[in-house]
Amino acid sequence: MIEASGLRKSYRTRRRRKVTSVDAVRGVDFAVQRAEIFGFLGPNGAGKTTTLRMLATLISPDGGDATIAGVDLRRDPAEVRRHIGFVAQGSGTYDRSTARRDLIHQARMYGATKAAAKGLAEAAIKAFQLDDFADRRNGTYSGGQRRRLDVALGVIHSPEVIFLDEPTAGLDPQSRARMWREVRRLRDNGMTIFLTTHYLDEADALCDRISIIDAGLIVAEGTPSDLKREISGDVIIVDLAAPDTAGAPEPAVMLEGAKILAEQPYVHSCETIDTTLRLYVDSAATAIPQVMRALSNKGIEPGAIESRRPSLDDVFLAKTGRTLAD
Amino acid sequence: MKLARDTWLTFSYETGQLMHSPVNIAISLLQPVTYLLLFTPFLKSVMGASSYGGAYAIYTPLLFAAMGIFSGLFAGFALIAAISQGVIGRIRVTPLSRAGLLLGRELVFVVLTGFQAIVIAVVAYIFGLRVPPGNVLLALLLLAMMVLIGVSISFALAIFIPNQTALLNLTNGVTEPLALLAGVLIPLSVAPLWVRDVALWNPFAWGANGMRALFEGQIGPTVVWEAAVILAGLALVAVVVSSRLFNREIA
Repeated sequence: MIEASGLRKSYRTRRRRKVTSVDAVRGVDFAVQRAEIFGFLGPNGAGKTTTLRMLATLISPDGGDATIAGVDLRRDPAEVRRHIGFVAQGSGTYDRSTARRDLIHQARMYGATKAAAKGLAEAAIKAFQLDDFADRRNGTYSGGQRRRLDVALGVIHSPEVIFLDEPTAGLDPQSRARMWREVRRLRDNGMTIFLTTHYLDEADALCDRISIIDAGLIVAEGTPSDLKREISGDVIIVDLAAPDTAGAPEPAVMLEGAKILAEQPYVHSCETIDTTLRLYVDSAATAIPQVMRALSNKGIEPGAIESRRPSLDDVFLAKTGRTLAD
Repeated sequence: MKLARDTWLTFSYETGQLMHSPVNIAISLLQPVTYLLLFTPFLKSVMGASSYGGAYAIYTPLLFAAMGIFSGLFAGFALIAAISQGVIGRIRVTPLSRAGLLLGRELVFVVLTGFQAIVIAVVAYIFGLRVPPGNVLLALLLLAMMVLIGVSISFALAIFIPNQTALLNLTNGVTEPLALLAGVLIPLSVAPLWVRDVALWNPFAWGANGMRALFEGQIGPTVVWEAAVILAGLALVAVVVSSRLFNREIA
């Protein structure tokens, strides 16, 4: 449904006559299948939004090609617009307007007659459960309600592809769960969904397939479970802060602990994240006693040790050397 | 056809937003009406008008000109607000005509200013203005073109200077001299010759002079037709150029 190859975009900024070029997206390739939820996972500034805005015809790529719903993005952006919907990160509606008025206007912009637009707006209000507030001012909505309106506007014309930029950023857990349900419902109706997120759990739970993007490049691609499977074994997290104090451990202790554990033969790799050490091992059950012994031999008492299955954050860490969770 | 439909669609949506707060429209009338009622008596004694009717005939077109200059050239702030609220971005992803998106917005200001001008004219009639209504209608036409020029310029500036403060300073710096050079505050007839020469380059001055002639009861003088031709040509250029810029920068 979407195919992109070598898509790139750089921004030129001029400050004190010095022109500097920032490569926001440095050549990304991906393919999105029909009726799948495809996620772009990456930290802020990774190039997610820039890629999305290129695909949604809002900015033109510097290089590369993309085909959306069979239409060439660079040759015929106007035709692409007929097949897609786009929901930007912030809201896209006036505070003083109402959901119903905006939905009717949106449908009319896609060519619907007045009567048809009213029908489409009514259907969208039902489908996204906006009934209770559809005729109130947008400014009075909660964050989740406003976001539901944004998505309802983006799909009023039943596009084949919908682009969602950080659909749940800033929402409370309940509204997030609800948004996830809406997105799954759209997919189950045959819509192709391309979304960006910097939430690990969202990429994991909602997306059928993801690309991990960092500094303008795709560093990994696959289903969340395939990506996690690449990181074999278990993850052990050793918190070196003393259990009864909130304070961080001495930097020297952190260094020492990291050095000892990295030298252990059963530890594949060891990363330092804040006050914790993250160890990748084959089996947590057998490694934990050895970790405790190795540390106490050097007089280091860990505050807490836990083990878990690898997460997408571990994938991100393995690919980029940095962690996404903060 | 599509352009006309999309222009109308944008225009009716945006005016719908305005109509939703009639209080704001009423408040926007407050300033011009107070100016009309408080400034005209001053003008009567300064300009030596023989009657209140005469004074209103002098000041009403100047007030029109001031409204045209200010409401047009400050329109960019509404565009910036719409951009920052994401409304423009959302619309740009739809197949709506780019020119219609801009033109529909420009016409909102034309109609709003026209409405204010009609209210002003009615108030002036009540207080003694005596001018054939046909002349006032022609003056409204000139006013509409002045607003269209101002809005186009302001929209173009807003696209390049999305910083509100910088745009505000620039707009203030431009509108005041333009208004002064259109004889809005003090009639150009009392200005030194060189100021009048400079004013020849101010399209809003042509508009103001044309409207003054119309309010003096004349309809055929060359100044009216010259103003109409200059403003119409300039309005066309301004609309086309601003919509080109708009297309290039944010389409």
